[in-house]
Amino acid sequence: MKEKKVRERRHRTIGNQNVPGYLFIAPFIIGFSCFTIIPMLMSLYYSFTQYDIYNPPQWIGVQNYITMFTSDALFKKVFGVTFRYVIFAVPLRLAMALMIAMLLLRNTKLSGFYRAAYYLPSVIGASVAVALLWRRMWSKDGVVNLLMQAVGINSTVPWLGQESTAIWTLIILAVWQFGSSMLIFLSGLKQIPVALYESATIDGANGPQRFFKITLPMLTPTIFFNLINQLISGFMAFTQSYIITQGKPRNSTLFYAYYMYQNSFQFSKMGYGCALAWIMVLFVGLLTFVLFRTQKLWVYYETE
Amino acid sequence: MARQKQFEYEGHYVDRTSKYRIKQTVLRVVYHLFTFVLAIVMLYPIIWMVFSSLKPTTEIFKTAAQLILPGQTTFENYVNGFRGFAGTSFSVFFKNSFIISALSTIGAVISSAVVAYGFARMNFKGKGFWFSCMLVAMMLPFQIIMIPQYLLFNTLGWVGTYLPLILPQWFGQGFLIFLNVQFIRGIPYDLDEAAMIDGCSVYGIFLRIIIPLIVPSLVTSAIFSFMWRWDDFMSALIFLNKPITYPVAYALKLFADPSASSDYGAMFAMSTLSLIPIFTIFLTMQRYLVEGIASTGIKG
Repeated sequence: MKEKKVRERRHRTIGNQNVPGYLFIAPFIIGFSCFTIIPMLMSLYYSFTQYDIYNPPQWIGVQNYITMFTSDALFKKVFGVTFRYVIFAVPLRLAMALMIAMLLLRNTKLSGFYRAAYYLPSVIGASVAVALLWRRMWSKDGVVNLLMQAVGINSTVPWLGQESTAIWTLIILAVWQFGSSMLIFLSGLKQIPVALYESATIDGANGPQRFFKITLPMLTPTIFFNLINQLISGFMAFTQSYIITQGKPRNSTLFYAYYMYQNSFQFSKMGYGCALAWIMVLFVGLLTFVLFRTQKLWVYYETE
Repeated sequence: MARQKQFEYEGHYVDRTSKYRIKQTVLRVVYHLFTFVLAIVMLYPIIWMVFSSLKPTTEIFKTAAQLILPGQTTFENYVNGFRGFAGTSFSVFFKNSFIISALSTIGAVISSAVVAYGFARMNFKGKGFWFSCMLVAMMLPFQIIMIPQYLLFNTLGWVGTYLPLILPQWFGQGFLIFLNVQFIRGIPYDLDEAAMIDGCSVYGIFLRIIIPLIVPSLVTSAIFSFMWRWDDFMSALIFLNKPITYPVAYALKLFADPSASSDYGAMFAMSTLSLIPIFTIFLTMQRYLVEGIASTGIKG
């Protein structure tokens, strides 16, 4: 109501601001068109061609897409690997973030230190330095095995060398970087009215009940937004696969984005790379759409 | 008396027996023990890297379970690492990183603030549409557009220069626009109106009223932008081709190349150095980072 009044008043005093409005957002419109829309359209065109950069692109219709789904066994493998990574890394990271956020709700003298310590890995986690470190930590003579030996477990597992464990080192790296999600949950938790917990306690609700009936429902909008963001970046994970494992062993850690990169820049199959990119856009777009549709089943928005 | 009141207030039974106090103390100790140990586990990989960079390179893996080797602390890894690759010293890589990060950040902060003001304060046709475009741009991963962007910049002859890394940042960065829009919306509209009555144009309002008031969100934007650009290695991987132009993030990757001799001491030393700018920003500007993340609800 109040909002509407303000808007009406604004319209009366200012009227339309088409010219200054577009002037202010002009940088975005230009940048978005030149660096996103035009490349996306180019990519759509190239996805229907065979193109190696050196020779002009040759129109081959939907051949790239047919190849992908019928004769490229690696495509299926790569998609499966990436899917598995996302399906484990994203929920684990969110669960960890929520757990630690609840732990840090308590105000103590060390709160500042704790918050910084848990947040730091996600600040530097995306860097090449950490990827290189990770690679050395999980090698056969790496610090993980040595620490296990130091506490008496005789471990000589080549974590990065066998198919069953290699992907898990990458998942652990992703979960390790739960810091920024944790901060988001922390501020979400602080916004839940204390009165809700108080009246629930008076009505005899115990800890788990309060968590599942108050905390979790009140956090669902935050969880929803984080979930979508992390699904998108999870499906596009690249650095881990490229630097830590190079997709080895036997392509068990070859991520989709890395496979796209290989095709375009190492095998000079730009057209095929673009087709791969478009399939991922469609897939992630569809996933986001479906998630938005399921919103009303599980995301709780307070009505004002 | 005061203590008793507090207990009642929190809805507990008044119980001032020593049993209750002991229980509270034990709970507190368990809490701190658990949280502290877990924090150390979280930080351990980084701590390990820093200490390893100070060991003789031959000892790093033999003594990996041990943090400090008494009497063997050395800085030779830093000296060796700093020599860099193929005659290019690491100081060049650091300089490149600073140039790229600084120029990108300046552009991203200015342009994002301008665009954010348009979205937050102007009434114009098609605003909703462009705002959705902005959200799409924010969500769209770079990996999706990197191939066609490469082709585009290749046609323009920009591959091998810093233009593909810096120029796109000068047209507004989705996350930073969003951050500033949120911040500007929190500023009372009365201020704009008062200025308008005094004869100030929308441009004047932006420069004289909004800009001074959104300094905190500009600082937050600058921090995020600088950290992202500093860590960004994908665009360097794709758009740069001469070692002399590489930023630190990409130069570090050369340590991992199969052809490079595996001097892990030097690798850890340079990795540690590469994290120092990020780490310093993190320690001094943590408040801004936390606020930025909390106010937008988006990853950092």
